Amino acid sequence: MKKKLLSLLLVAAMGLTMFVGCDGAANADTEASVYYLNFKPEQKEEWEALAASYEQQTGVKVKVVTAASGEYETTLMSEMGKSDAPTLFQVNGPVGLANWKDYCYDLAGSEIYKQLTSDAFALKEGNAVHGIAYVVESYGIIVNKTLLAKAGYSVDQIDSFEDLKKVAEDITARSAELGFSAFSSAGMDGSSDWRFKTHLANLPIYFEYQKDGIGTTDAIKGTYLDNYRQIWDLYINNSTCAGKDLAAKTGDDSRNEFLAGKAVFFQNGSWEYGNLVGEGKFTDNDLTMIPIYVGVGEEAKQGLCTGTENYWCVNKNASEVDIKATLDFINWCVTSEEGTKAMADDMGFVIPFKKAVESPNLFVKVDAQLTAVGKTPVSWNFPTMPSEEWKNGVGSALTAYAADPTDANWNAVVTAFVEGWAKEANLTK
Amino acid sequence: MKKFVKVGNVLLTVVLTVLSVAWIYPVFMILINTFKQENAISTDTVFDLPTAEIFAGLQNYITAIESQGFLKSLGYSLVITITSVAAILLLCSMCAWYITRVNTFFAKALYFMFAFSMVVPFQMVMFTLSQTADRLKFNTPWNIWVIYLGFGAGLAVFMFTGFMKSIPVEIEEAAMIDGCNPIQTYFQIVMPMLKPTMISVGILEAMWVWNDYLLPTLVLDIKEYRTIPMLIQYFRGGYGRVEMGPMMACIMLTVIPIIVVYLCGQKYIIKGVAAGAVKG
Amino acid sequence: MEKALKKYGPIFTLPTFIAFCIGFIWPFLQGLYLSFCQFTTVDNAKWNGLKNYIYVLQDEAFLDSFGFTVAFAVVSILSINVIAFTLALLLTRGLKGTNFFRTVFFMPNLIGGIVLGYIWQILINCVLSLVEAPLLALNTAAGYWGLIILMCWQQIGYMMIIYIAGLQNISEDVLEAARVDGANSWQTLIKVKLPMVMSSITVCVFLTLTNSFKLFDQNLALTGGDPNHTTDMLALNIYQTFYSRAGMQWKGYGQAKAVIFCILVVTISLIQLNATRKREVQS
Repeated sequence: MKKKLLSLLLVAAMGLTMFVGCDGAANADTEASVYYLNFKPEQKEEWEALAASYEQQTGVKVKVVTAASGEYETTLMSEMGKSDAPTLFQVNGPVGLANWKDYCYDLAGSEIYKQLTSDAFALKEGNAVHGIAYVVESYGIIVNKTLLAKAGYSVDQIDSFEDLKKVAEDITARSAELGFSAFSSAGMDGSSDWRFKTHLANLPIYFEYQKDGIGTTDAIKGTYLDNYRQIWDLYINNSTCAGKDLAAKTGDDSRNEFLAGKAVFFQNGSWEYGNLVGEGKFTDNDLTMIPIYVGVGEEAKQGLCTGTENYWCVNKNASEVDIKATLDFINWCVTSEEGTKAMADDMGFVIPFKKAVESPNLFVKVDAQLTAVGKTPVSWNFPTMPSEEWKNGVGSALTAYAADPTDANWNAVVTAFVEGWAKEANLTK
Repeated sequence: MKKFVKVGNVLLTVVLTVLSVAWIYPVFMILINTFKQENAISTDTVFDLPTAEIFAGLQNYITAIESQGFLKSLGYSLVITITSVAAILLLCSMCAWYITRVNTFFAKALYFMFAFSMVVPFQMVMFTLSQTADRLKFNTPWNIWVIYLGFGAGLAVFMFTGFMKSIPVEIEEAAMIDGCNPIQTYFQIVMPMLKPTMISVGILEAMWVWNDYLLPTLVLDIKEYRTIPMLIQYFRGGYGRVEMGPMMACIMLTVIPIIVVYLCGQKYIIKGVAAGAVKG
Repeated sequence: MEKALKKYGPIFTLPTFIAFCIGFIWPFLQGLYLSFCQFTTVDNAKWNGLKNYIYVLQDEAFLDSFGFTVAFAVVSILSINVIAFTLALLLTRGLKGTNFFRTVFFMPNLIGGIVLGYIWQILINCVLSLVEAPLLALNTAAGYWGLIILMCWQQIGYMMIIYIAGLQNISEDVLEAARVDGANSWQTLIKVKLPMVMSSITVCVFLTLTNSFKLFDQNLALTGGDPNHTTDMLALNIYQTFYSRAGMQWKGYGQAKAVIFCILVVTISLIQLNATRKREVQS
């Protein structure tokens, strides 16, 4: 009898624990809370610290979850299906927005929208504001000034593609004697290929948009693809390794070469600052960033590529209190002293809001200096690229060309670029 | 002739030894690399041994443990595995006993469904299961065992019934006649006899739950909880950066306890697997 | 006794049954229904008829991943079982150190698929970069063979253990009888040992078959489908349809793919079990 009672109790206890979870959740719903699904793994800890501090001051629960790299879309998709979905998430631009438009709260009347320094940083559709950029980043060619001086040059001597080419080819010619190469490897592994199939490809797109006076298109013409080829040739012919080896190089390989002083130039962006400067690495005095010259337009006036692919969106399906809490939180991040300081100092961001404070990030400062002396930043147009498929197509064609730089192989790049664009743009319609 | 066989055996032993070394090598290679400094790990130098210059000591391990909350994940993984396996062993063996000894339509249908669920791929129920679990709030390490019990019941029940069919019903009947009720009979007579099968099932289910990636990724509340298999991919940073050192250290931290447990209990594990498979 | 047990039925079956309903039956039925719907969560399903299935059967990526899965399954089932059986034969000859070898060969089996995938990704990428070939992310052939090597490494030990158990079950008398009849070792193997371990073969082929078809973790961690989805297997393709695509239609497609996948796996398993079981009986 005792045994029977015992097992009945056991079963009952199991039944109970099964439903304990429900009660907990019911209580949580009445309280306002923020759930931020963060895209940038580099700033994971900084966001968590900022959220904790906000929670302490206001009592509003803020939970920051950082998706693993490359898993943002899948994580967002799986989390959006849950009853406790993210209230704050990110899209990368117009193309990303197309997928998530149905989930975006209209931020037109919000306080944070009024804080933006320019309307260009809002993702708008008609009068509705779906997303707001919260960070502005720059990329270009990172230069090891010390090595460049060793080769007998300085960055002041480089302000066009011709100059860059002259310097790079001279370094290549003397690389055995100097002990280093011009460019770090342009690896085409998945951890590195976005630097070329996306970021470098931005330049011909930018100049084409400029010439045609448009901001996006369904049919790219490829007006400046010869310039794309020029700069790509420069990268692969003056690199630390042969062109056919590029398919076997990762982003880490490229960075480590640069850190080890094996290359003068390294195409990357302001986000690399923390990886390059620090103990046992470089100091601010060793480095600078120059624009990526491709030989189009008035090159002396060209600046760094500056823009954003990080837009905040608020989930409109969240409860009203949660939406309000979320809006308050992001507004606090970009207006309060603590928030702006954390975003500038700890995360190294330049934020496009009125109360922003200056970031200690060297590359960001370089961008500001270049803009101050009258250079025009190149805007980020790759969020208008039709799809990931398109980027992959261009990427594999570039890899094939690097291994065997013939005209036929370049034509394959052109085909992937122009025809691939039209095809993908049609598909996503 | 005998000599010939002997030479053959020596040769064979040598071949097998070489093969075993090759078998261990991948894990050994990761171990070696965890002692290198981050900057020294590049794609083409993975096979090189660390030199004094690039020796990193335990730095990678410290980073691996501290940066992503390794100990917490270890705890969650342990909780999930222990509760799930315990629940599966107890409840499925009880259910299996009922199915074998009772001859009703319900029992037969249940047995068929359990057997069917063994072959169904997880992708079939992936989405609906994660939604169901979310609505019912089975999304914490403390109660996710319900999901594991449900999805893992097939194999367990199948193996238990397979064994029970082979034990004579007379002993149980004798116990009942002596005045035991079914529950007493089960705990006093049946369960002790099940011990070897319990070990087999326990090992198989523990291996599954401990290493499972997709189910906890979709079902667990990722705001709070991450299991060890989920943790490793968080060492891949933004813009293509991978923290290779800490990531490999994390791999080792995951693998070493498994190897230790295995070496301690290998007799049971190997026997359990063999027995389990033959019955299945 | 049956009567008494029946009275206690709920205590014995209900906990498992409820969990089984939550963890399998309900999601399974719901999944079946949803494969005919358009939905983004389970709450907003709209009946869609056969449209999902019609799309899916024309989806090239899905068909490609099916082809890849079959190509992978055939080669991996053959290589795993042949190598495992050979090792089992060698390890039942009473060599010194048999236990040690068995321990070593079985070890990888305990390591999870995700971890295995990362280990081999590092190793294979290094080999590839040393021979100056494209890395896994750009190399379909390497991805395919990498997956096969990985699966061999993981599963051979497990299957070997099962074969060893089977071989040890053959009674000495039978082998002795064969020896007396003058059979050489090759004949003994083909005529005596193989038929006697047919049930082990059934189990091993069944396990490797379902494992290869259902493979996910290793695929995700080792290649992630790169380059350009050419190394996607069915399970990964379905996962990506569900979770990497935004838009009303994709979840329905994913569920329809999952149903087809499910039918496929169940049918193949049944055919295989029937085929080998028949042989077992005959021998």
